[in-house]
Amino acid sequence: MPQDTELAVRTIGISKEFFGQSVLEDVDFDLRWGEIHALLGENGAGKSTLCSILAGLYHPTRGEMTLAGAPYGPHSPHAALEAGVGMVYQHFRLVEQMTVAENILLGNPDVPVRMTASGLADRAREVMDRHGLWIEPTKYVGDLAVGEKQQAEIIRLLNRGVKVLILDEPTAVLTPREAEALFAALRNLADQGRGVILVTHKLREVQQSADTVTVLRSGKKVAHQRVEDTTTHDLARLMIGDDLAPGSGSVDASHATGDELLELHSVSVVSDAATRPELDGVNLTVRAGQIVGVAGVSGNGQRELAEVITGLRTTTSGTIRLRGEDISSQTIGDRIKNGMGFVPEDRLTRGLVLGLEIEDNVLLRSQRDREFSIGPFLRLSAINQWARRLIDGFDIRGVRKGLPISVLSGGNLQRLILARELSRQPALLVASEPTRGLDVGAAEAVRTILKAERGRGVGILLFSGDLEEVLGISDEVVVMYEGRVVASRPASEVDVAQVGRWMAGLT
Amino acid sequence: MNDWVLIQSLVVAVSTGTPVVLAGSGAILTQRSGVLDLGVEGTMLIGAVSGFWVTTSTGSPVAGLVVAVLAAAVFSMIQAVLAVSLRANQVVVGVALVILGSGLSSFIGSQGDPPVARRFSGSIFTPVFPESVHDWPAVGPLLLSHDPVVYLSWAFVAVVQWYIFRTRTGMHLRAVGHDPASADAAGLPVSGMRYLHVALGGAAAGAGGGYLTLRLFSDWFDDMTAGMGWIAVILVILASWRSLRLLVAAYAFGAISSLGFTLQLLGWNIPTELLAILPFLVVYLVMVFVSAAERRSQMPASLAEPYFRESR
Repeated sequence: MPQDTELAVRTIGISKEFFGQSVLEDVDFDLRWGEIHALLGENGAGKSTLCSILAGLYHPTRGEMTLAGAPYGPHSPHAALEAGVGMVYQHFRLVEQMTVAENILLGNPDVPVRMTASGLADRAREVMDRHGLWIEPTKYVGDLAVGEKQQAEIIRLLNRGVKVLILDEPTAVLTPREAEALFAALRNLADQGRGVILVTHKLREVQQSADTVTVLRSGKKVAHQRVEDTTTHDLARLMIGDDLAPGSGSVDASHATGDELLELHSVSVVSDAATRPELDGVNLTVRAGQIVGVAGVSGNGQRELAEVITGLRTTTSGTIRLRGEDISSQTIGDRIKNGMGFVPEDRLTRGLVLGLEIEDNVLLRSQRDREFSIGPFLRLSAINQWARRLIDGFDIRGVRKGLPISVLSGGNLQRLILARELSRQPALLVASEPTRGLDVGAAEAVRTILKAERGRGVGILLFSGDLEEVLGISDEVVVMYEGRVVASRPASEVDVAQVGRWMAGLT
Repeated sequence: MNDWVLIQSLVVAVSTGTPVVLAGSGAILTQRSGVLDLGVEGTMLIGAVSGFWVTTSTGSPVAGLVVAVLAAAVFSMIQAVLAVSLRANQVVVGVALVILGSGLSSFIGSQGDPPVARRFSGSIFTPVFPESVHDWPAVGPLLLSHDPVVYLSWAFVAVVQWYIFRTRTGMHLRAVGHDPASADAAGLPVSGMRYLHVALGGAAAGAGGGYLTLRLFSDWFDDMTAGMGWIAVILVILASWRSLRLLVAAYAFGAISSLGFTLQLLGWNIPTELLAILPFLVVYLVMVFVSAAERRSQMPASLAEPYFRESR
């Protein structure tokens, strides 16, 4: 690969404002050929904005950029791609309804005008052989696992001759094994001389896979170091700005657990007789004042389990009891009335209505309560007061009168959901991935809220892909594999390695 | 005797179905790009009146058809500007275009010297092959008795099908319709593709409208499409955005529509009002079964959704 200078990308004094609000301030950033460069920062620190500028999606308000020593100022993602800078977004730029081959070759000028599906697939195979990556080209992208989609996206960019590859939080959606495969592939690309930018807020990833790290905080660059010269602790402090150490979730065994709240007895879900059941005879108990953490590789029945408990999905057999009462056939509304709260995994689509204001969002699920309505009419002042109390009580920041909640950051949206669910004082809270996508500080705040609720006697069923989180705050750990509960132990009696083996289906 | 009735009703189905085949195939192109063009009815009316004007002025149905196509393509640019560039609600724009097309075509029809509405067409499209072959058993009336526009519509259907699934640009078209953000990231001109295919759809609707005045009715009158544009839009969905299926659906629709005559010829006595709703009932039933049986929906995933690159 031709290298005009040692530096792949350089930005000098890049600033970006959105509607007068400064998001990036005077950022200098250097990427060398052949290195994996981590861009570290909390949510809202400006990482994604900086990358979007490099990738041509946004235009900087001020500042200059060079690519391989030459002035660089892409006016569109396509122009950036033509110049050799490609970005893997969190939402892949793949057309789900089309095949892998079609996606890889989309917009590629070498594709003949007249073509057949098999001709395309052959071409895609050639491309994949050349780059040493492999996804079956005739599969539809919509049918792929997330890790495979990500690979398809990388292949697509490599095929367009990308020399600088930017990845925005690439491991957020991956299982640990998929993440390892990704880092191996990235290392290989860097060894071939490409520059790789890895946007992340996970300190461990920086330590494991990057050569260099640039830390952003509140839109400013606060550090640029070789990874070997830093420690996780240093990076955490640079990123958060004070001495708050992440992941301080020690188990306090001092609280007492109470009666059984939620009991599942051989619950099964079979949607298609030809495949293995989604849930296969699951037994589970959550007591009052207890956090039960469900661990497992994504896709082993956790989502289905959360859905049958909350009523989004019906059971094929088995019973679900809440405080002794069989709720298996109750509607979602009845379950809520009987004391169930739910923080959905996909908080943006199932948990909140992003286009509405905070008052409307906190009212969801409570819209029929006497306190907030008289017949079909809403008591707006009572609702406003209540929203105000939640905003203060849960420290939800960024709320603006008259603006929809889509302006809030991920951490604040999650706090909003928790505020809404907990304000109803549920006996049982089902929380799916409550800290996914949050930065260290926001995730810790959410965990603190969960622990406080446990202290007040709420039973919590926690689904999380973050194994350390599960082990850190749960009293009881349940491991799922292929729709079955393969282990159920007190958290104090297991370690990460053991749980990891259970998650992989080993004993 | 019954064979003769059957064949004749199929021939009628072909001629009444042709405007729908043309407009529907065009609508497939437009919708595949992600733009829902509910204005087909209005665009057809523009094609009908402008084609009739030019043919009655020049005596050439070919010139009339060409102008019908061009005028309709220009008219459909209203949809493109509002729906693609200004990101207006496509349903509202489409419905408004039907009303605009209806009013505008009536206005145009009242203009000219003599006014278009009072003109008589001396020249229309005539069958391509000599009369003698029309009487050949079965193939004569079914395949060889048609005018050039029918053959043109068959070619168009085949080209549309081939274009969408077997060409590079067709692949780009599908990508733009399913996922404009991904298409944009791949460097495809999303707005350009949408403008182009709105224009192509408008042109085809214009040809369908032109066929009404230049062959089917050989005359022009207000709101002569009588819902054909809407039927075309419905059949696009029924045919799951594939033009070959649309051809079959349009002819089936035409055949069921003409069933009333056929049954009367056969001596049955069924209220005509009931027969008039029969095609719609059949269409809905078939639609339910087809969409239930389809494994992978062909519906453009971003149909009717404007694309804005900087939306977050």
